[in-house]
Amino acid sequence: MAGSRMRSPLGRAIGLGSAKEGVDHWWAQRITALALVPLVVWFVISVVGLASAGADLPMLAAWVGYPLPAVLLILLVVATFYHGALGLQVVIEDWVAVEGLRLGLIITVKLAAILLAVLGIFAVVKISFTG
Amino acid sequence: MTSDRRPLSPHLQIYRWQLTSALSILHRFSGIALSAGSLLLVWWLVAAATGPRSYAGVQHFLGSWLGRILLFGWSVALYYHFCNGLRHLWWDSGRGLELPQVYAGGWMVLGATVVLTVVTWIIAIAHWSA
Repeated sequence: MAGSRMRSPLGRAIGLGSAKEGVDHWWAQRITALALVPLVVWFVISVVGLASAGADLPMLAAWVGYPLPAVLLILLVVATFYHGALGLQVVIEDWVAVEGLRLGLIITVKLAAILLAVLGIFAVVKISFTG
Repeated sequence: MTSDRRPLSPHLQIYRWQLTSALSILHRFSGIALSAGSLLLVWWLVAAATGPRSYAGVQHFLGSWLGRILLFGWSVALYYHFCNGLRHLWWDSGRGLELPQVYAGGWMVLGATVVLTVVTWIIAIAHWSA
C-alpha cells in the first residue's frame, strides 16, 4: 500500500484511519444491505398479496400471528432502521458543514431510528401475541 | 476555522449531466425518501397493534389520493434503491467497474425499476376495488 508510508506504526496497528472508526460503518451498511435484499423481496410480495386480499385487520393479525412472518417483520424493521440511520449519517456528514448542527442531527437520527425500530418491533410482538 | 478559504472545485452545475452522476444522486435521494417512508411502515404496524379504529385510520389514509401518491413514490424509491443497491454490492466485489459496464448496469437498473413498479401497480390496481 502506497499510503502506508504516510502513517505512523501505531496508527497502522490500530487501523482506524483518519475517521477514527475504521471500516465499521462501511461494513455495517453492506451487511444490512445484504440482509435487506431477501427481506425486502419477501416483504413486497407479502404486502402486495395482503393488499390484493383486502388487508383487513383480522387478516393482518392472522398473518403476523405466525412465527416466521413475525420474525421476518422484526428483522426487516431492525435492518431498515439500522441501514437508514447509517445512510442518513453519511448524508448529514456530507452536507451539513456546521459541526454542532451536524452532531446534533446525527444524534437525532440515531435516537429516532432506535425509537421507531422499537415501536415497530413492539407492534409486531403485540399483534403476534394478542391478535 | 479556515475551511471557507479553501480552494473550491468547480460547482456541480457547470458539469454536463450524465447517467452515472444522475443515478448516483438518485440513490441518495431515494434513500432519504425511503427513510421518510419507513415512518409509514411503523405507523401501519403501530396502528394495527393499537386496534381496529387506528388501523381503519391508516387504511383510510393509504387509500386516499395522497396516500396512493405516497405509496407510489415509496414503491419507485424502493425498487430503484434496491436495484441500484445490488449494483453497488456488485461493484463492492470489484466487478463491473469498466465504464461500458457501469453504463449498461445503470440502464438495467432504470429498466428494472420501471418494470417492477408497473407490474406492482397493475396487480394493486386490479385488486384495489375488488
